[in-house]
Amino acid sequence: MTLEVIGISVLWLFLFGYIIIASIDFGAGFFNAYSLYRGKQHILTKIIQRYLSPVWEVTNVFLVFFFVGIVGFFPKTAYFYGTTLLVPVSIAIILLAIRGSYYAFTTYGGLKQKIYVFLYGVSGLFIPASLSIVISISEGGFVTLEQTGPVLDYLKLFTSPLSWSIVVLSLTAVLYISAVFLTWYADHANDIEATELMRKYSLIWAGPCILTATGIIVEMHGHNHEHYTRLIHLWWLFAFSLILFVGTVYLLWKRIRYGLAFGLLTGQFALAFFAYGISHYPYLLYPHLTIYDGFTNEAMATALIFAFLAGLALLIPSLILLLRLFLFNKEYVQGKQSNHP
Amino acid sequence: MGNEEAVFFSRVLTEMTLSFHIIYATIGVGIPLMIMMAQWVGIKKQDEHYILLARRWTRGYVITVAVGVVTGTAIGLQLSLLWPNFMELAGNVIALPLFMETFAFFFEAIFLGIYLYTWDRFENQKKHLLLLIPVALGASFSAIFITIVNAFMNAPQGFDIVDGHLVNIKPLLAMFNPAMPTKVAHVLVSAYMTSAFVLASIAAFRLLKGSNHLYHKKALFFTMKVGLIFTIATVIIGDFSGKYLAEYQPEKLAAAEWHFETEGKAPLILYGILEDGEVKYALKIPFALSILAHGIPSYEVVGLNDFKKDETPPLYIHYLFDAMVTIGMLMLVLSIAFIAGLWRKWTFISSKWYRSLIVIGGPLSILAIEAGWWLDEVGRQPWVLRGIMKTKDAATSSGQVDTMLILFAGLYIILGIGSIIVLSRMFRKNTIEQELADRVTEEAGELD
Repeated sequence: MTLEVIGISVLWLFLFGYIIIASIDFGAGFFNAYSLYRGKQHILTKIIQRYLSPVWEVTNVFLVFFFVGIVGFFPKTAYFYGTTLLVPVSIAIILLAIRGSYYAFTTYGGLKQKIYVFLYGVSGLFIPASLSIVISISEGGFVTLEQTGPVLDYLKLFTSPLSWSIVVLSLTAVLYISAVFLTWYADHANDIEATELMRKYSLIWAGPCILTATGIIVEMHGHNHEHYTRLIHLWWLFAFSLILFVGTVYLLWKRIRYGLAFGLLTGQFALAFFAYGISHYPYLLYPHLTIYDGFTNEAMATALIFAFLAGLALLIPSLILLLRLFLFNKEYVQGKQSNHP
Repeated sequence: MGNEEAVFFSRVLTEMTLSFHIIYATIGVGIPLMIMMAQWVGIKKQDEHYILLARRWTRGYVITVAVGVVTGTAIGLQLSLLWPNFMELAGNVIALPLFMETFAFFFEAIFLGIYLYTWDRFENQKKHLLLLIPVALGASFSAIFITIVNAFMNAPQGFDIVDGHLVNIKPLLAMFNPAMPTKVAHVLVSAYMTSAFVLASIAAFRLLKGSNHLYHKKALFFTMKVGLIFTIATVIIGDFSGKYLAEYQPEKLAAAEWHFETEGKAPLILYGILEDGEVKYALKIPFALSILAHGIPSYEVVGLNDFKKDETPPLYIHYLFDAMVTIGMLMLVLSIAFIAGLWRKWTFISSKWYRSLIVIGGPLSILAIEAGWWLDEVGRQPWVLRGIMKTKDAATSSGQVDTMLILFAGLYIILGIGSIIVLSRMFRKNTIEQELADRVTEEAGELD
């Protein structure tokens, strides 16, 4: 395996990590707001707060890790994506900033007005939408190279069915992933009411999620035929992914093994995400940038991989400690310990 | 928008983001160390007040961390959004420390979460101390790594340039560049110093407002003592930084000092104004610049006139130098007087006017941090990578930077006001007297 492939695999893995835990986070904010609107907040808020509080900061680091890593391994991405993404990414940063600090302000500082809960819930849905634009752009067709540098064609982007399908997929996936996780978490906490509510939401969002995912493959046929062909070559990976999806829905329907259901869901998204990634190879931005012409020099790549391994040796035990103390600690999850800061 | 405007707005936006970020970042580097030390003193002295000090500081710290994290994410992304050409070039050489910084940050984030939510889980206070060590280490190491990136921009090395391309890259050599030792050391100790004085300022404020609780007196003594130690360190390392500049970046030193002619026995100019190339109303300390630059009075310091006009930084950085040094000296005197006063039992240190000075000391220290960074960054102009890439060649070609500037300005106003409101509410509602009383009832409840 070449250094380039190792580099992009590492980054893809971290991006996947971010997508899963950020989806839980964004979705939790939305369900919290929605349940307030429906007068069911008392059922969900405690469960959601207990999960989010110790991990909200860690979620953010996954994102930072990804964008620092991609500029490190592939410095040319800074030139192409940096120039074209100023507006959408700035909007995402502002929403992330308001959301992150609002969370700390309310959780620790006692600012608790209804309006903020709504803003918090809704902003969480705009973030995946504004970040998913990057995926659309990477498919090519929206960026032209002018003499001054790369330019993004906003009109084309906003009128493209592909980019809208990707936005809709990001939204349904966020809600589906989050609902399944919270079903399991609430069940873990022996909170029957919350489990039932989240189970209902999981089943509601399962359909739209798988429908939009399939829709994108159809859109791709018209937008980027080369990529479409490579996607079809990997049909078996998507087939496995679909089987896992069916498994998750079955377990939820039967009200059994919610932990396994979340595991299958992670597997489903991992397979689809990596199959998509592999079919994208070797392009970072079709057709201007491949992972080969955008790669950093060999000395830096080796140093980065060493730093990455050393960092993981430090991080994995710490992450396991965090999970054991909070996610897998029944006393904590059930709220039997006083854990107020 | 033409290139010139894009460069201008990109500079303003970067400056605004960083100036806002470093307030929270500096506190974020220093306060974990203070929390850890307070916890340690509390265990050693078996004094509950210090343990409470650690906890109350942490509660406030979480709010500043949140703003620090989100603005840090903003500047991290803005580097690529606003300066794509710079990141494309520098990413080849300097990605390593940038990457390591995220690891340090990761480490800190994990253990801060654990520390916060296990406050009452372990009986043994030493376990809480153990959790605080990685928080403090992570905070300091992220400052170290990110300052290394900045040091590289001031003294780029570790590569060769062949036909405009960077080749033969040595990542470690790039990290351990000549600017790195003084810069990293100065950033660290000044962050510790500032955090100590910010916390001292809070304790002094509570005492001024009429609370006469022993807790605040202990807090004040602790922070002023720590503050004094780090102020001395900051001053000494500041002197080393001057020597570094004379050797490697003479144009920055010359501009900061309004030193035009190359000469030995150079005087240090403090204050004053510049009118048509004439320095007026300044305080001149003979030989001091030569001593600052090299340690001997006869040392020949290179003057501004020896540089190309389009490669020297703007002259207003002199005022920034003055502000930084003056505040540093003031804090040194203030903390020496406090410690000496405690020792010799001088009563003025508990007087209203003296405590008011300590209250002002916290914000002043933050101002000094801002002035120091502006001096450092503007003093590097017109270069983004000194000697290699000019700032005007690094900026984005995008035409929407001005709109983004307005959006971000709005964001920082909201975050600034929000964090002040939340922080003051948190501590005004829950005074130390209240918290101590609550703990007593809680313990009584557990016994029933």
